[in-house]
Amino acid sequence: MAEYIIVGNGTAAAGCIEGIRSVDAAGGITVVSEEKNPVYCRPLISYLLGGKTDENRMNYRPADFYEKNGCRVLYGRRAEKIDPEERTLQLDDGSVLKYDALCDAAGSSPFVPPFEGLETVEKRFGFMTLDDAKALKKAVKKGSRVLIVGAGLIGLKCAEGLRAVTENITVCDLADRVLSSILDAECASLMQKRLEENGISFMLSDSVASFKGNTAVMKSGKTVDFDVLVTAVGVRANTSLVRDASGEVNRGIAVNDRMETSIKGVYAAGDCAEGFDVSSGSRKVLALMPSAYMEGHAAGVNMAGGDERLANEIPMNSIGFFGLYAMTAGSYEGTLYEERPEGGIKRFYVKDGVLAGFMLIGQTERAGIYTSLVRERTPLRDVNFEILKKIATSAAFSSQIRGKKFGGVV
Amino acid sequence: MASPMRVNDMKRVYVNEKWCLGCRLCEYNCAFASSGIRYMAKALKGKAIFPKIHVEGDDGITFAVSCRHCTDPICVKSCIAGAIYKEDGVVKINREKCVGCLTCVLVCPYGALAPGSDGVMQKCELCTQSGGEPACVKGCPNRAIVYEER
Repeated sequence: MAEYIIVGNGTAAAGCIEGIRSVDAAGGITVVSEEKNPVYCRPLISYLLGGKTDENRMNYRPADFYEKNGCRVLYGRRAEKIDPEERTLQLDDGSVLKYDALCDAAGSSPFVPPFEGLETVEKRFGFMTLDDAKALKKAVKKGSRVLIVGAGLIGLKCAEGLRAVTENITVCDLADRVLSSILDAECASLMQKRLEENGISFMLSDSVASFKGNTAVMKSGKTVDFDVLVTAVGVRANTSLVRDASGEVNRGIAVNDRMETSIKGVYAAGDCAEGFDVSSGSRKVLALMPSAYMEGHAAGVNMAGGDERLANEIPMNSIGFFGLYAMTAGSYEGTLYEERPEGGIKRFYVKDGVLAGFMLIGQTERAGIYTSLVRERTPLRDVNFEILKKIATSAAFSSQIRGKKFGGVV
Repeated sequence: MASPMRVNDMKRVYVNEKWCLGCRLCEYNCAFASSGIRYMAKALKGKAIFPKIHVEGDDGITFAVSCRHCTDPICVKSCIAGAIYKEDGVVKINREKCVGCLTCVLVCPYGALAPGSDGVMQKCELCTQSGGEPACVKGCPNRAIVYEER
C-alpha cells in the first residue's frame, strides 16, 4: 500500500487529497499542517474582519473531509527535511516519516522588509493566516487608526474588511498606484477612487523609512500616527524544503506539467510552485486559489499513478471593493483594444491572433467567456471579436461552436 | 476502489436555438420558481428579476444559457469560498458561504453564473428543490428548452 505525504494543509493540499483519492482509495495519506486549523478559505480572512463571514463558514471542506478521505493530519508540525534517497521526511519534533510520493504544498510566507524601528511598534500584524486575522480583528476597535503597508490585493482587501470596524485607515505603497501587479495606471485609479469614496486614504509612491513607536516616518518626510500596523508588502514562495534537498528552485519550486519537481517522488503545488502560464508561455508562481487547487489535484493524481497534465493555467483575478469589481486574466502583451462602458474600462490584449489577456473594471458580466478564450488560445478569426469587445456573449461564436458548447455534455 | 460516478447519466437543460423565440419567458419562469412566492404577479411585477437562466443573442439568433453542470466544473475548482460543489452530478452553491467575489463569473466559459438581488451568487440547480421538470423547460412556449439525457 502506497504512503503519501502532503506538506501543507491549504487549498493545494485539499486538491492533492482529492486527486490521490480519485485514483487510489486505499493508500495512506499524511498531511503535515503547520497551522492548527483544518483547511480553510484563506482569501476569506478579509471578509472575516468585516463580519461578512465567520469561522464556521470559512471551512473549505466539510468537517468530515479528512476522515472520509482516510487522512491523518499532524497539526502544529513543521516539515524540516526531505531525504530523497531514503524517501523520508523529517519533522520538527524529530520524527521521520516514509513516503512513496510527497507533495510539497507549503504555500508562501509574508515578506516583511527590514524597516528601521519596526520592533518598536506595539501592535503590528501580518495578514496571511486565520490567526493573523483573528488577532487583528481583536486589536482594531471603532476609531482605531490603522496603517497598512502595501496596496496590493492583500493589503486592500484587509483595508476593505477593516473599514466595517473603523473609519481611520491609511494605505501606503512604494508603487505609484494600487494593485500594481494586476492593473495599469488608469484602471488602478478607478479602483482607488472607489476605495477613497469609502473612506480609505492613500499615500502612494511613498513608503515607510522608519518607525518610532506608533509613528511612521515616510520617505517623503511625512509622518503617520497610527494605533495598529498591518504589513502586507508581498509574499515569497516557501521553497526551502525542496531547495535543501538539492531540488531545482527558481522563484518557486520548478515543476513539470505533471507537477513533478526535479526530485524523484517529490511533487509541488500551490503558492510554493511554478505553474505554466499559457498566456505568456512561461513558468511562474501563480499564487491563486484556483491554480492551487488544480495543481494540487494534478499532483495527487500523478502521485497515485494516474496521469494528469496541467498545461493551461493562466494568472487571473476577480477582486471587488465596495461593489466595484476588477477582473483580469492572462498577459498584457500585444495590441491593445479598449472599450469604455459606463463607469468602467475594458482592455483587451491581442497577440499572435489570440486574446492574450484582459483587464475589466465595472462591466464584468460573463467575463469567463473572455477567460476561456485566453486559456484555450482560441484563434480570434473563429469568433466575432467586434461583438465580444462590446459584450461578453456566446452570440459571438459560430452556431457550430455554440452547438458544441451548449448541445451536449461538457 | 469505489466505481467512478457515472455523472453523464443525468438529464440536463438543452436549448435548440433554432426554435428559441427570444421571448424571455424562461427568465420569468425561473425567477418565479426561485422566489418562493405563490403568485407570479406578486413575485415579479414591477421588479428587477434575477433569473438563473438568461437569453442572449441578436436579431438573427437567440438562445437561453444556464449552467451546463460540467463533468469537470472549473467553478467548483475555483471558488475561493468552497461554496460551489457537485452533488449527484448537479453543480450547486451554498449561498451561506458565498462572499460574492465573482471568481466563478471570471472562470465559467459559458457565462452561466450571475449574482442574485442580494449580490450573492446563484446558479441553476435544475429545480432540484422543487422536483420534476425545471421551470424554464415547463414554460417554454416553443419547446426550445428541453430537459433530457444526451
